Amino acid sequence: MNNDTLIPLIGVVTDIRQDTPDVKTFRVNALEGGKVFEHMPGQCAMLSIPGVGEGMFSITSSPTNKEFMEFSIKKCGCLTSWLHAMDVGQQITIRGPYGNYFPVETELKGKDLLFVAGGIGLAPLRSVINYVRDNRANYGDVQIVYGSRSKDDLVDYKEIIDEWSADPNIQVNLTIDNPQEGWDGHVGFVPNYVKELNPSTNKTVLVCGPPIMIKFTLAGLKELGFTETQVYTTMELRMKCGVGKCGRCNIGHKYVCKDGPVFRFDQLDELPDEY
Amino acid sequence: MLKIAASRLNELFDAIAEKQTLYIPVDREPNTAEYKKYESGMTMSSALNTVRSAKDFFFPQTENLAEFKVEGKSIEVKDIRQENEDFVVFGVRACDARSFSILDKVFLSEPVDSFYKNRRDHGTIVTMACTKPAETCFCTVFGIDPTVPEGDVSVFSDGENYFFLDRTEKGTEFVKSVENFLEEGDAAKLAQVQEQARSVIKKLPLAGLSTDSFGGDKLNEHFNSEKWAELSEACIGCGTCTFVCPTCQCYDIRDFDTGHGIKRFRCWDSCMYSDFTKMAHGNPRTSQLERFRQRFMHKLVYFPANNDGEFGCVGCGRCLAKCPISMNIVKVMKALEVK
Repeated sequence: MNNDTLIPLIGVVTDIRQDTPDVKTFRVNALEGGKVFEHMPGQCAMLSIPGVGEGMFSITSSPTNKEFMEFSIKKCGCLTSWLHAMDVGQQITIRGPYGNYFPVETELKGKDLLFVAGGIGLAPLRSVINYVRDNRANYGDVQIVYGSRSKDDLVDYKEIIDEWSADPNIQVNLTIDNPQEGWDGHVGFVPNYVKELNPSTNKTVLVCGPPIMIKFTLAGLKELGFTETQVYTTMELRMKCGVGKCGRCNIGHKYVCKDGPVFRFDQLDELPDEY
Repeated sequence: MLKIAASRLNELFDAIAEKQTLYIPVDREPNTAEYKKYESGMTMSSALNTVRSAKDFFFPQTENLAEFKVEGKSIEVKDIRQENEDFVVFGVRACDARSFSILDKVFLSEPVDSFYKNRRDHGTIVTMACTKPAETCFCTVFGIDPTVPEGDVSVFSDGENYFFLDRTEKGTEFVKSVENFLEEGDAAKLAQVQEQARSVIKKLPLAGLSTDSFGGDKLNEHFNSEKWAELSEACIGCGTCTFVCPTCQCYDIRDFDTGHGIKRFRCWDSCMYSDFTKMAHGNPRTSQLERFRQRFMHKLVYFPANNDGEFGCVGCGRCLAKCPISMNIVKVMKALEVK
């Protein structure tokens, strides 16, 4: 019988990084080493601890990373609490990759890019950012605006400072919601910061974060003169199958797991406001 | 046309059951039919339809997807799939027969669901033409002719005989395998019976229901309709409509720890349930109105949008008969109809 996507593969956790008080980044390898499967930036995978549950998570590592996959996971429910309790060497089940991806090889190619992320919303965008960094000649200016509740809640802070900020070809703008000792950077919410930065309207925008942040960021971008066709986001709804059959992640006739998770705002506009 | 006398039907059943598993509708109590594995001496139900649809044969209420052995930090995945045995379902009505082609669009589209396909490949569907439809029937609204049902083999009754028409390769093979029991018969009376049934069907109370207001391009006409509030007001979210529906296919996946291993199950789920879309960080459908709307929008707008205009309803009437608050797709269609 042919393989069935519902029957998972095994991955092994080979590294765990405590990113913030409630976010850990897990490195996952195949049992024989290397990656369990290949993916494109923005795609997701179903991770499971048998007996606990299964959930869809964006793959935060870039496909240009040939050694392993990474998942940045915020502890907020039953399964994620179990994942956070794992030690290195723990095996998990994994299946995928699922969904579409950011059009890095088509619509985004040659464009000036603006990444806007809030909190754990950096996870799916990090895959794109590192893909772009590894194929730098294919893209124009790159600007990253990233904000979180506090300095301690910035996911991947070390990579942001050591690699992204150190890269002369990338502009990084960080912000935190409230003033904090030891922080001399920008303070304020992401949507306002984007407006203050007044980015050029020839940029293509990739935004991900809490729904409220996305909503106000989009409104701010429109005020600056951006159109919905220039702005991409990635969605998240409850999923069981990952392939558009179990029937629960639909927005209108589109399934987030199969037709998404990446949507352009003009595409979302045609769907009912139910997400 | 090949036929068998009604009085000899059980001889045929015995012969089929000798070779493969046979399921027929039998009466649990008067007018409450269910599919049962045939055993010699069972009488086929004369009820118009079974309480539960025939979708169970391909998409059972619960099925085991995989098993896991967890030891320390290690996990072993056991692929427990086995080639299904051949089986025959006898007496499926035209509505349920159409539901299979609707379910096919979901489960056989890429990536193919091997659990469903396995059963589909090994099942032979023998349908039974309707002669006495019920007042809750409205399959004709969705282009179904209950006097000529789809399936691998269609069977027609003229009261005294059952006539067999093979419609697929699998069906031809089936008829050939039982042809010793069949004889050439004069189907003249059959046309008369069919004509009579058609004239009854035309006069059914729901035969005039119109689908014109619905379809894949009708999102904006209906999604924000004020009528959903009143329509959904009494819905108790019991999910009965989805469980008796032959085309409802939403499912859940859950793990069960048996004490000596973990079994992963797939089971029917319902978009009418409050936890259907609930996540750790919130729920996009917090009210029963939204969940109720989802079910009907799926059947009348979203499914057609993804499947060349085909609706996700076959007009079997089960939800009309079973909803505890007497709400159903017919009332929804009438209320939302754009005149």
